[in-house]
Amino acid sequence: MDTDKVMTIDDVVGELRSGMTIGVGGWGSRRKPMALIRAIVRSDLTDLTIVSYGGPDVGLLMAAGKVKRVVCGFVSLDTIALEPHFRRGRQDGTIELTELDEGMLYWGLLAAAHRLPFLPIRAGLGSDVMTVNSDLRTVRSPYGDAEELVAMPALELDAALIHLNRADRRGNGQYLGPDPYFDDLFCLAAARRFVSCERIVETSQLREAGPVQSLLVNRMMVDGVVETPHGAHFTSCAPDYGRDEAFQKRYAETEWSAFRATYLDGTEDDYQRAVGSHE
Amino acid sequence: MNDGVLIAACADAWRGDGAILASPMGPLPMLGARLAQATFAPELMVGDGESYLLRDGLIEGWLPYRAVFTIVAAGRRHVMMGASQLDRHGNQNISCIGEWARPTSQLLGVRGAPGNTINHTTSYFVPKHTRRVFVERVDMVSGIGYDRAAKVGARFHEIRRVITDKAVLDFETPDRTMRLRSLHPGVSLDDVLDNTGFDLSIPDDVPTTRTPTPAELEIIERLAGGVRSPA
Repeated sequence: MDTDKVMTIDDVVGELRSGMTIGVGGWGSRRKPMALIRAIVRSDLTDLTIVSYGGPDVGLLMAAGKVKRVVCGFVSLDTIALEPHFRRGRQDGTIELTELDEGMLYWGLLAAAHRLPFLPIRAGLGSDVMTVNSDLRTVRSPYGDAEELVAMPALELDAALIHLNRADRRGNGQYLGPDPYFDDLFCLAAARRFVSCERIVETSQLREAGPVQSLLVNRMMVDGVVETPHGAHFTSCAPDYGRDEAFQKRYAETEWSAFRATYLDGTEDDYQRAVGSHE
Repeated sequence: MNDGVLIAACADAWRGDGAILASPMGPLPMLGARLAQATFAPELMVGDGESYLLRDGLIEGWLPYRAVFTIVAAGRRHVMMGASQLDRHGNQNISCIGEWARPTSQLLGVRGAPGNTINHTTSYFVPKHTRRVFVERVDMVSGIGYDRAAKVGARFHEIRRVITDKAVLDFETPDRTMRLRSLHPGVSLDDVLDNTGFDLSIPDDVPTTRTPTPAELEIIERLAGGVRSPA
């Protein structure tokens, strides 16, 4: 009973505070915890710093005025190269940006996961990533090579939000698609860790669904589990479903207030019903 | 321009690379990498744009994103990226146009360009050779050019080729600035010069980019029929 971590979407949002640094799993428009993102859009949270391999998670939160800063290497919808709300926010100067090489983002999460202040990396040297992030420092190897490298600071997160295919009630989570992305690292880098999933199953069913290597996160790494069927929509969640390209196009092309009124002002159930009408 | 010429020019960029990962961005570079693998570079590893390594249409390996970063750091990779802007030293921009603090046009962001260019061989594919792309100075250095690489002592930096719809370019000059390597069939030197916003190094005799062989054209045809959409 005390190990049961099942929560509702609103419980998760209730654990978040304005001004927090929140890591969002997935990659681009792939396996994003969109149901949790939609819940934040509906909440009164503000001034968030979002750390992400950015996709529509960043775009939705920016359009809804929730974001103070984005920490990323890119923001893209994959099949639509440029995220419209991210573009607008940058061009209107409404958000701050920490722009990093994708490998630096990985390294920053890894440093936080290992409780290290930084990790050395070559990526970034010589590029304008070093000039637009004036707080980035380099470090010199103490060995014979004396090579100078970027000291990528740990990206410590107040909270991590990820979406997986399956999880049990205790917080063991499983991905069944071809790529884990960096979801385990987001959890390891965060103080509070929330996993949404397509289906909550019995622990014994996890091994029936996939090989042991697919058990990406375990209950040491997770504080809350939410069942959100179709919860990554409109991003892909292989093998449960692919990206909803038609809906993604609608998202990218619809004026924000109209999109929000049609799809986001109600509950997650309302959203899924409204989306179902387009299938 | 005939796509076959561009695809073969892309393929040639990977010639001699051996058993490394070819990472082509975009449909024509993807066909180029797969053409190279199917003909003169069978050792080449080619991803599907997502998480698999493919050879002869079969999955031969697993390559999730985190593994890509290890290959980047290990240097066993030759990427062919796009470029919204490129300068004569090979500095590349895919991040934004205008002042970074408040760009007039936000593009992708730097993505993996800083890490790619400092760790392993990089080439660029530019589908439209214009002065908007080939500029005196890029707005945000995402991929580093030879001048920047020299300043930070980058040991593993190499820009192999720039392939456009008009020409093939490289940096095989004493000061490592951009040089015209070949003109595609039917393209004039003036056409390239008019559409390049900086001084190009021009050899005395400019070769013509090769056309693909009938066997290569057949393979391209076959690959294009079953090609996956690029990431």
